Formats: sequence, structure tokens, C-alpha cells
Amino acid sequence: MSSKDKGWREISPAGVCWKSSGTYLTGDWKTYTPVRDTEKCTKCLLCTIYCPDGAIHWKKDKGDIEFDLSFCKGCGICANECPTKAITMKIE
Amino acid sequence: MSFAEGKFTAKDIAEKPELFLSGHRACAGCAAPTVLRLVMKATRGPTIVTNATGCMEVSSTIYPYTSWATPWLHTAFETAGSNASGIEAALKILRKKGRIKDEQVDVIAFAGDGGTYDIGIQALSGAVERGHDFLYVLYDNEAYMNTGIQRSGGTPLGASTTTSQAGSVVPGKTERKKPIADIMVAHEMPYVATAAPYYWKDLIQKARKGIEVNGPAFLHVYAPCPRGWRSDTSKSIELSRLAVETCIFPLWEAVNGEFQLSIPSKVIALAPQKKKPVKGYLQTQGRFRHLFTPKNEKILDEIQKQTDRSWNKLLKKCGMTPPAKTAA
Amino acid sequence: MKSAVKQEVHGLNGDEAVALAVKQADVDVVAAYPITPQTIIVEKFSEYVASGEVNTEYVCTESEHSAMAACLAASAVGARTFTATASAGMALMHEMLFVTSGCRAPVVMAVANRALSAPLNIHGDHSDSMAERDSGWIQMYAENAQEVYDSMLQAFRIAEHLDVQLPVMVGLDGFTLSHTLENVQVMLDDVVSRFVGTRQLPNVVTHEGKTVPYKLDPANPMTMGPVALQNYYFEFKRQQEEAMQNALRIIQQIHDEYAELTGRRYGDGLLEQYQLDDAEIAIVCAGSTAGTVKTVIDDLRAGGIKAGLLRIRTFRPFPAIQIAKSLEKAKAVAVMDKSISFGGNGGALFHETRHALYDAHTRPYMVNYVYGLGGRDVSPSQIRGIYEDLRKIMQTKHVDELVKYVGLRE
Repeated sequence: MSSKDKGWREISPAGVCWKSSGTYLTGDWKTYTPVRDTEKCTKCLLCTIYCPDGAIHWKKDKGDIEFDLSFCKGCGICANECPTKAITMKIE
Repeated sequence: MSFAEGKFTAKDIAEKPELFLSGHRACAGCAAPTVLRLVMKATRGPTIVTNATGCMEVSSTIYPYTSWATPWLHTAFETAGSNASGIEAALKILRKKGRIKDEQVDVIAFAGDGGTYDIGIQALSGAVERGHDFLYVLYDNEAYMNTGIQRSGGTPLGASTTTSQAGSVVPGKTERKKPIADIMVAHEMPYVATAAPYYWKDLIQKARKGIEVNGPAFLHVYAPCPRGWRSDTSKSIELSRLAVETCIFPLWEAVNGEFQLSIPSKVIALAPQKKKPVKGYLQTQGRFRHLFTPKNEKILDEIQKQTDRSWNKLLKKCGMTPPAKTAA
Repeated sequence: MKSAVKQEVHGLNGDEAVALAVKQADVDVVAAYPITPQTIIVEKFSEYVASGEVNTEYVCTESEHSAMAACLAASAVGARTFTATASAGMALMHEMLFVTSGCRAPVVMAVANRALSAPLNIHGDHSDSMAERDSGWIQMYAENAQEVYDSMLQAFRIAEHLDVQLPVMVGLDGFTLSHTLENVQVMLDDVVSRFVGTRQLPNVVTHEGKTVPYKLDPANPMTMGPVALQNYYFEFKRQQEEAMQNALRIIQQIHDEYAELTGRRYGDGLLEQYQLDDAEIAIVCAGSTAGTVKTVIDDLRAGGIKAGLLRIRTFRPFPAIQIAKSLEKAKAVAVMDKSISFGGNGGALFHETRHALYDAHTRPYMVNYVYGLGGRDVSPSQIRGIYEDLRKIMQTKHVDELVKYVGLRE
């Protein structure tokens, strides 16, 4: 129990959540980390679609894909589904 | 861009804001969050979501954190259907009374196979019978995964779960998977469809159709679970494809009861040689490992037979002729 | 006390009084499932819906469990909601009662108090609502159809009060009140509208960092009903208890405001005392039986016997301090329970009343009479018998049996 947890008078009633999970970084769960070969990548964006954690983003302004390793759990779905095998899972 | 007509690209999807956020605590490689992410990409405007108790509910809302960017309500395990009914009724009347904005607000209910096949079936059936306007999405990982992989009405024949264990006397679950989508079609509801996350475009299109339909819609989505199925975390999406290719989980829609095969399954219907034997699918999962012993061989045969029978029945419903010879 | 507003006399049974109150209170969503003896409520309301007399979404759910879930969900969107049930229906809702109070949804429910199975019994007793006394709901018991009407209207205000935000159940004895025709003074629609008002919502802090009204609203998304682990669950329960304690004050406040309007009081809103001031022997009870007790008291008083009654109108929150003060001066008290807690040495009302008196300066002898289970009628002569027992206890200073049964065939 963290001493930072709030008392009953400080929290809103009925348990309404007050933190987005976007602040809960699950990236430290992974054993394997995805590594993308930009030469092979065709930017089909399938990895951004299949990632269960939404940890792969299409950066429109950069015109490129970005992996958010602070959320990636290392499941390897992206590597498995990539049509050009541009992603490999490496031990962290 | 027309989502219901399938006129959208991966880029369109990638550029739509996420409504199911990262930082949830689902297992690595779980296909259900992918299903949720994709269904939420199909939304067309203001949406209220309700969830039955289960993997997705628990992993996405551990106080004080939440992964939901939309209004979201959870009450209990049985109540996805009854929650949706209450939300929809309130929206209707408050709009009528001018107490909320006069705009379309869609209601989506998510539930697992536990909250749909079994404990939640009454509320779902009641909500559909009353004709509430909502989309019900069943993310089916074929057991009560959240409480420790116990068997559900959606667990397939032969699967080993913690309450239908494969032992020396009993070889896993001895009952068939309840045909939940067919049960929903029998409700004579406007829209029922099956989907698999590998076929993401088909899934999003169907979710959108379900949202747009006036009245209840039911979407049965296959959601492989590496933990409960004892499969590789990287294969969850691939398994959803294999399930379709073996016709264990065919993709179809029933619009006002009229069955229509979806393209990934239609391809197989038109070219039966493309239909893969179930063995290849079952071999990928530890929950079926015990079937690959001489003693349990006949269960493998039974699974193949049942799959073929159901597939042929489906073909007939879709107005297609089953092949003269069933696939090997 | 005179009424400040015009009222009309209607011939209504308890169920009809409930339906009328709900109609006048501009309820947004009614989700309910029929069960004897509440059926007249849902049927009467259905009549209103069919004739366009109410602007309400009426959902005929397929079970009571779904009815409570639908009410809770509708309430979460900001709607004023109502349901009604009894007996097995209440028991089926059990899980959802706790969820509703945990979600701080101000759902109002009428309970046509009826015995729980087995064996099946459709008649009146308090076992259904007594079994839910831990659910976090405010619980009230009415003595007659007039009080049913009055309590229903007050219930919406109590539940929705910003310092309370708890669901409220109003109990009316099955058949005795639900199906018996009485003269009920009814206020006019516009007066009721003004009294009940529109639902106010408390503010909460969301995950977007905004402080907004507590409701499911796409403009201000929030997550309701999350998982709270060991590190937070306890705090939410403490909040609920605080709200219950606030309710003691709020119930009285709203009752007084209503009394100003209508000229009708029920004690202080929590408890009603009848000839209790100088009473040596007293009965404590809830519900319609209090009416019979009052008649017996009038007779006894005429004969010089100092008998009195303490009627529990509000059982949850339990007005322990007020009860202790009311009974301190009595010599012998009989608590009548229309339910039983098996293996618990009597009924819930007895347990809690005795508990309230434990620290009192002077304590009366207190005994329990379990009565009326399964709708077993209790007569004035049986009640006179109870007062006789109390006199004997007072005189002999001795209690032979702590828990007795009234009208039970041995």
C-alpha cells in the first residue's frame, strides 16, 4: 500500500477513475523487444492495427511508424504478422 | 470513407484517435484488446460503452486508472445486456425531454463468453427481445479466462480447461460449443455477424454496420488467448485466421435473418481445397495437446466431423451448395 | 397542522399510491418486473404509459436482477429512475442492490414487503427488506397508504440530496397495505413537481482531470464501476457510511419541509412516538401493525395503563441515538419483528434496538416478539397480550423468555 494513496475524504465518490492508463507504463513487462528493419518495412500499417496495446503509432507528420516501447509488452504479434518480416523480436 | 461499405484504408484507421488506450493490463499477446481497439475505431460519434465483468473490464479499469476515452460503465457479470438497456432508455427519454443534447449517442456493450453464453445470456436475450438500439460485442476467448481458465458454454469440444480438465478418464470438455450467434439469429434481430481480428477490415466494417443498424446488433468476435489456450503470444492474430481457414469459426453476417458469407469464408466455399484440416489449428494450442494421443484420436475425428457438418449447414443457409466431398 | 396547499382525496391502495407518486415525480426511466403483491404498481404505471399520462421510458425487463441493473445504468446517464419489487424479486436483485449503492445511484424502489421462500408465500412480512439491511440502501417502512404516497415523494428528494446520493427503498406491507383501499390525500401535479424538483448531480474528478457532474456523458467521459483493489475499496465503503449518517439529518429535513407543505407529520421523520412520553410499557415495531397497536394503546390508556408505541419509520440509517432517548424512561419494552434472523436470538429490529440501548443510563427490560411471518395476522387481543406480558415483566422484574412468537401454533 503506497503512502501516496488518497484518503476517503479526498477521492470522488463512487470510484470514478481519475488517472488515464496512458500514465501506467506496461513496457517493463517485456522480455523481447521489437526491432524494425526500415529497409524491409513497406508501412502497410498492419502492425499498428494488430498491436493489442496500441504501442505502435503511425506518425502522420513524420510519415513513419513509431514504436512506443514504454507500452510494448513484447508479445511478438507485430513480428508474426508483418508481411515482409521487417520486425524481429530481440531479447531485451 | 464509408466504414459500413468497407471503403477505408489501414491509414484511415491508424489516423483515427484511440478510444481504448494503452496502459491496460491485459496479458501480452491477448487478442481481445485488439478486438476492442478495432471496434472502437468503428464508432461514428458520441458513444457510451458498458462492459460485463471479465478480462477486458478488469484489465482496463483498475482504480484509479482507466483505459477508456469514452463514458464507460461496469456493474456486474450478468449485466452487459441490462446495462445497455438502461443506458439506451435513459438517453431516449432525456433527449425527448430536452435534458440532454439532441444528438445520436451510440451504445456498445462488450462482454466475454462468460458474460454472454452463460451468466449473461438472459439479459442479452431480454435486451434484444425488447429491441433496444445497441451493439453487443462478444469477445470470445472460449473460457472464463479472467477467473482462471474455467470452462464456459463457449469452450469447444475437447478443450482442456481448469474445470474440464484433460485427465486419464475424462479427455477435456465433452460438450460442444454453444452456437451463440445462431441463437441470436433466432431472435429475429436486425444484424448478427461473426468476425476475427486478423480480418481487421471485415471486423471494423461489421462493427460499424452493427452501430448503424436501428435496433439491436450482435457481433461475435474470436479472441484467442495465449494464456488459456497455451499458445504462443505472437500467434494470437494468426490463430484467428486459422480458425476461419479451418471453418472452425466461419465469417458471416445475417441481415434480418438473411445469411451471407463474408469474403474470407466465401473464398473457401468457392474453392473447397483451400479449407484447412482442423488438426493444424488444434496442434498450435496446448489446451488440445491431449487429443494427439492414440486414445483420443477419435475426438479429433469428431471435431473435424462437427466442423464439416456446421460448415455445410452454414453454406446451405447462405444459399450455397456444400461440396460433394468434405475436405480432408 | 394545516396544509399549505390544496389536496384532493383519492381512494387508493398502497400500490396505486406508489404508482401515482411515481407519475407525479416525473420519473425518467422505470425498469421493473412483476411480482405479487407489487403487480398493481407496474400495471397501474403501465396504464399511465399507455394513455400518455407520463413521459417515461418504461422497460419491462426479463427479471428483477436486470431491472435493477437497468435502473442503475439509466441513473448513471443522469435519469431519475424507479423500480418496485418484493420477496424473491428483491432476493434476486441482491447482488445489484450493493452495486447500486456502491455506485451511489439515487434509485428509488417500492417494496411490497413479502415473505421469502421456501415454502412459497405471497403474503406480507418484512423478511425481504430485512435481508437487505446491509446493502447500503436507505430503508423506510410505511404505516398506511397515505404514508406510502408521502414517503415515495420524499424518497426522491432524500436519495438525490447531494449529501446523501444513496438509493432508497420504501416498504409497504404486502396485501395489508399494497391491496387495501384507503383515503389518500394527494397533492396537485405542479405542487409535487416543485417539491420533487429536478435531479441534481454531484461533481467528480475524471481521468481527463476535469471536475464535472457525475454522469455518463460523451462530452465529459468518465469510467464508472471500476475494480478497486485492497488499497482503495475500503475508502469507498467509508464514504457510503458517511452518506448514511448524513441521511439521518436529511431525512428529517425533507420530512419537515413536506410536513410544512401538507400538514402531515410522521414523528420527526425517523421515528414516530405514540403516547410514549410517560409510557412504562412500550412496543417497538415497523409498518402497518403500528396502526393496530395504536388502537390497543387507546383502549389501555382509557383503563389507566401507561402504554406507548415507538414506530420505526426509518430503519436504515438506524436512528440509534433517538431510539435510546425515546425508550430510556420505559420500564419494559417489546420489540415486534415481522421477520426472523435464524439462529440469531430474535429478529433484526430487536437486535438493533437492544444495541441502541446498551449504553443508556437506564435500560428497560427488552424482549422480542416474532410475529406475522408469511402474512399471519396479528389481532388487537394478541397485542394486548404483549402489553400484559410487559406489565408482568415490569412488576416481577423478571424475563422468562427473551424471544417469543405471537400467534404460532405449538
